[in-house]
Amino acid sequence: MNAQAVEHVDHDDHHHGPAKGWMRWLTTTNHKDIGSLYLWFSLIMFFIGGIMALVIRAELFQPGLQLVDPGFFNQMTTMHALVMIFLALMPAFVGLANWMIPIMIGAPDMALPRMNNWSFWILPFASIMLLSTLFVDGGAPAGGWTMYPPLVLQTGAAFPMLIFAVHLLGISSIMGSINIIATIMNMRAPGMTYMKMPLFVWTWFITAYLLIATMPVLAGAVTMLLTDKYFATSFFSAAGGGDPVMFQHIFWFFGHPEVYILILPAFGIVSQIIPTFARKQLFGYSSMVYATASIAFLSFIVWAHHMFTVGLPVSAELFFMFATMLIAVPTGVKVFNWVSTMWKGSMTFETPMLFSIGFVIMFTIGGFSGLMLALTPVDFQYHDTYFVVAHFHYVLVPGAIFSVMAAAYYWLPKWTGHMYDEKLGKFHFWMSTIFVNILFFPQHFVGLAGMPRRIPDYAVQFADFNAISSIGAFGFGLSQLLFAYIMIKAVRSGKKATDQVWDGAEGLEWTLSSPPPYHSFSTQPIVK
Amino acid sequence: MSNQTQPQRSMRSLLTKLFLVPIMMFGFGYLMVPLYDIFCDVTGLNGKTGAISEAKASQMVVNTEREIKIQFTSNINQNGSWEFRPAQSIMTVHPGKPYTTTFYARNKLNEAVTSQSIPSVTPNKAAAHFDKMECFCFTEQKFAALEEREMPVTFVVGTAVPEEVDTITLAYTLFTKK
Repeated sequence: MNAQAVEHVDHDDHHHGPAKGWMRWLTTTNHKDIGSLYLWFSLIMFFIGGIMALVIRAELFQPGLQLVDPGFFNQMTTMHALVMIFLALMPAFVGLANWMIPIMIGAPDMALPRMNNWSFWILPFASIMLLSTLFVDGGAPAGGWTMYPPLVLQTGAAFPMLIFAVHLLGISSIMGSINIIATIMNMRAPGMTYMKMPLFVWTWFITAYLLIATMPVLAGAVTMLLTDKYFATSFFSAAGGGDPVMFQHIFWFFGHPEVYILILPAFGIVSQIIPTFARKQLFGYSSMVYATASIAFLSFIVWAHHMFTVGLPVSAELFFMFATMLIAVPTGVKVFNWVSTMWKGSMTFETPMLFSIGFVIMFTIGGFSGLMLALTPVDFQYHDTYFVVAHFHYVLVPGAIFSVMAAAYYWLPKWTGHMYDEKLGKFHFWMSTIFVNILFFPQHFVGLAGMPRRIPDYAVQFADFNAISSIGAFGFGLSQLLFAYIMIKAVRSGKKATDQVWDGAEGLEWTLSSPPPYHSFSTQPIVK
Repeated sequence: MSNQTQPQRSMRSLLTKLFLVPIMMFGFGYLMVPLYDIFCDVTGLNGKTGAISEAKASQMVVNTEREIKIQFTSNINQNGSWEFRPAQSIMTVHPGKPYTTTFYARNKLNEAVTSQSIPSVTPNKAAAHFDKMECFCFTEQKFAALEEREMPVTFVVGTAVPEEVDTITLAYTLFTKK
């Protein structure tokens, strides 16, 4: 990849190639380099989090305790969530933002290149701190990623490491978000008005605001946990006049916007890809922008739907139920817009399009189970069962993760100048789609039948569906090795991609060469 | 500063604003703590009860027409080793009239321990009308090794307690303070 970039810019005296050697990656301030670092980092973490998931599914293959002891099982569920959310999915989206936002809005780089370098290089240290808790006294955090007190306060030596890792990850994403907002507000090419920005840029713009507004709240909450444990404060200790339920309020005030942080950029990606392969303009561009903003606003007033069973008064249960159901309206606008974009389009089904269509269908399944969970009376039954697990994995795996894969297939030829193997890509899509449904669909059934989540053992009547689910998990996990193989193969030996890559693609990034020069848009393009 | 160009200056002011947002939101996280307490006090959510002076309680007009059943329950938090129970588990009261009852506690450990009891009243709508003049929960209670003690609580149910409330439960959880 870097050889390509150097070769390309050799003929142009105004451009400088990257520095030589490994120090290039440590000191780089180039948005393309940093984007690539984020993406590779996230791919590695995706596999680490995936191995943890497979430990969970292997244990749950049969009822009874076979492979790991319950304490370690709890560490796996907690770490799987933390790794996948904070180390795999969020960095993947930030990596895509780094690569794509400047070349989509005609900017030469991110607004704050040095801070960009910092945002990334905090991540490996935070992740080492978090992952090394697996080897400390008392093991890794095991109280769930939500870190509810008083349970989380029983964590051993891992506790302060968990808190400081969360702090560092928060600082990283806040710096990344400020950079993204500053880039979008100040560095758009002439003529690139807000309502002409590609939707990926729009969704990230809104996501970045969600991040700077909510990550500090999480940082505050975990700091309170830290002082409760070591400095005798009583924020969440009832004996000292505090209240553990208050942690849940503060946590979910962050936590609910966080789930939109994990899905809004996915909406943006899919809104870029579907018009390309349907060869039509995106249906309802401005309604997409307003729907995204509405979802972001609503995300701040629905947090207590995670807490229907803590003993809220009826009026609060009703308010949070209706506010939550209201989110289905802007989300529905988006789904109908994607479908309308495809309607009567000249569609072709290359791998990115397959992943995007898969996203629309399977994300919607997750959306529907979300609507069921929004209903307070039925949530009393579904709360903390596998139905919830099935719900959020449908929106996050064939939802958010599929969108990242769609993005990787869609833009990889632009990034590297090499096409991936289309046959293998399609094979990867079908394997992933079949196995992800075998993995998560049966979890709806065991959840409705009452199987609790975060439990290493279960009643025998759940055995068959759990065995099916575990088979799906291993199939899905193995399919992702194929993804890594396809990506590496494309980077190393894929056939040459054209500058346009996809014949229906529109936008500034496609006016650049494939791969783009190390420094692109040093002269601002004019957008008409 | 004067040698800065216009775009540089606008970038600087944008960044100042952007960095202020996370700093303010970090503060907001902490602000949620007192807000939560105020919210619970005002609404009576969380079973928070009020304290009232004896002089004020004696001015209340007793409503002998109404009878309300008060249930007392006790819980022990995980740490320490205790016996903890109400002296009587049910009491019938008139709104506006003060009553006193006791809770019995015994430290089963052969060492001195400090306890703190936390009250909670259900239903929520009664909590705001349930006031205590005197309570062992107002302060920490120190117990010598193997000491046992009856601990008093004096309370009054306000006359404005909603019509539909006929039973109020007062629950205490006893925590061991380190």
